[in-house]
Amino acid sequence: MSDNLIPKAGGETFYIDAIRQAMREEMLVDPRVFLIGEDVGVFGGAFKTSSGLIEEFGPERVIDTPISEVAITGAACGAALMGMRPIAEMQFINFITVTFDMLSSFAATSRYRGNGGCPIVVRGPAGGGVRGGPFHSGNPEAYFFNIPGLKIVYPGTAYDAKGLLKAAIRDEDPVLYLEHKYLYRRIKEDLPADDYVVPIGKAKLRREGRDLTIITYGAMIYLAEEAAEELAKDGVSVEILDMRSILPFDEEAMLESVAKTNRAIVLYEAPLTGGVGAEFAARIAEKAFDWLDAPIKRVASLDTPVPYAPALEDFHRPSKAKLIAAAKELLRY
Amino acid sequence: MTFTAASIEAEYGLSRERLLQIEYHLRLTRSLEERIVSLFRQGKVIGGIYRSLGQEGESVACATALNFSKGDIVSPLIRNMGSLLVAGAKPVEILRQYMARGNSLTRGRELNIHIKDFDRGFMGPVSPLGAMIPVMAGVTMAGRMQGKNMVGMVHIGDGGASTGAFAEGLNFATVMKVPLVIVIENNGYAYSTPTVKQTLATKLSERALGVGAAGETVDGNDVLATYRAARRAVDRARAGEGVTLLEVVTFRMKGHAEHDNQSYVPKELIEEWKQKDPVDRYERALLESGVISPEEIASIQARIKGELDIAVDEAESSPLPIAEDSARGVYHGDGFWDEQR
Repeated sequence: MSDNLIPKAGGETFYIDAIRQAMREEMLVDPRVFLIGEDVGVFGGAFKTSSGLIEEFGPERVIDTPISEVAITGAACGAALMGMRPIAEMQFINFITVTFDMLSSFAATSRYRGNGGCPIVVRGPAGGGVRGGPFHSGNPEAYFFNIPGLKIVYPGTAYDAKGLLKAAIRDEDPVLYLEHKYLYRRIKEDLPADDYVVPIGKAKLRREGRDLTIITYGAMIYLAEEAAEELAKDGVSVEILDMRSILPFDEEAMLESVAKTNRAIVLYEAPLTGGVGAEFAARIAEKAFDWLDAPIKRVASLDTPVPYAPALEDFHRPSKAKLIAAAKELLRY
Repeated sequence: MTFTAASIEAEYGLSRERLLQIEYHLRLTRSLEERIVSLFRQGKVIGGIYRSLGQEGESVACATALNFSKGDIVSPLIRNMGSLLVAGAKPVEILRQYMARGNSLTRGRELNIHIKDFDRGFMGPVSPLGAMIPVMAGVTMAGRMQGKNMVGMVHIGDGGASTGAFAEGLNFATVMKVPLVIVIENNGYAYSTPTVKQTLATKLSERALGVGAAGETVDGNDVLATYRAARRAVDRARAGEGVTLLEVVTFRMKGHAEHDNQSYVPKELIEEWKQKDPVDRYERALLESGVISPEEIASIQARIKGELDIAVDEAESSPLPIAEDSARGVYHGDGFWDEQR
């Protein structure tokens, strides 16, 4: 295997390679870390996220499995209890629902019920906009949001993808790591050569503004930026807060921003009803009501499965137009 | 057949000392459960009781086949209290669980035998059935990665063997060639549902064929035969020969839990299985072979009574949990699990 498949640390790095760098670097420094999943070894993963890793670390640490999401995550739990640091890959994050019980009943409750911490990472490609249809476009964060004991992160940049994955692998609790497949090879940035982590639970202010805050995460940060650019032409100053971590989430950063701009849009790619953004909105209503000049708006996907045809999917998803319309409505108050 | 001490040793590889140990654990399991029932009737046990009456034999026999000094780990199900006792769980620890005390191993968060201590070699189940099979596949996979020569044993019932987690776990563990023994306890009923409504297979161990594991069915009320079969499976696992699916055929002599009068079970069936009680059969074999005398059995029972008197007192005087602690210990870092109880 030529070593050009194994990305070196730092430099101009695609989002997908940032994920691979994080896995590789953690495997290099910590013999407890291993990767387990379908096609992750010899094939290097359905998206080639783990290409080169089996050549470097061998089949004992890059483990190809049967199509068995329950067994993959269950085995990761068992290994974690034995002191290992497993990374379990879901080939598409949609398939995580197959193993919902293992994550909700076993992993999430383990520490609380005296069974010991269960430090696993379950990661996989999430998100739509790739014409993947109902079963390859999912954003399942809300399904797990109501499960104390889990952590959930959803990076939107290559820097955060690497730093949050390292933080997740080093975390003492189970972490669901959602990576947006649309971003894999579409964004890249210069990453530091040295080791770094992005702490779980900390948001990042991506754009400072005065008139309204868009609170979002994942690939939606780019949609927020497009809308902000457009609104800037009309003299509207938009602040963008990238939550990065969903559970726990950075309530302080959210409230601080709303206290400054007095208007909030919560933007997320999952269906509207019962989404993570509903909790964000509730928290703002509870704790920052006095600061608000307008109701809190949510912009999210339609309450339908994700459709396949481009026209259907584009209509289903949040769009710049929907976002700008929501912003203009808030600005009327 | 007629037993002698020498024939038992030759046939089953069990010394007199180990045979007495088995007798102790059988009687301890049965007596501890009787104490728990009596505490339940006094209102001192909060949750349900899932009796293992009539199944003590297979629990104790299978766990006895493990070697806990080698790091072996057993994951029992609800009717395998005996496995925990063999692994070294103390009666007071189980009583504190049932009585939801603040110094129980789970500090009042979990019930009955849902307790874990890898240093002693046990991990209780979660209630969604089948889940522990993939988990134990991971435990044994990790043990192999860490260069340990350990074996895992995980229990499932005839009902639990109908779950997806069981199917995935059995196949996964087998293809990964992990050192795991999967014990299916076919005790006739899953709550009210008879085994014939779970599967049309007559031998549950035949499921091993479909995945390439070894399979064996044994009379689970024959303690010695069950020990021998379990030991064979454990030895195979330790030798790197992979997974065995061991079906132990037994019978649930009580309802699903204490509230259930098992009206759906034909009386004749209960009568029939009463004649096959594993503890009675085991004691008859030991008496017949002269390994043990009636006086020794009486003295083991007296010892157990004394131990349980103390354990019950200790459990009853154990503190209740502090209500506010309910909010703690969900995530690492709040210090809850570092505090002494």
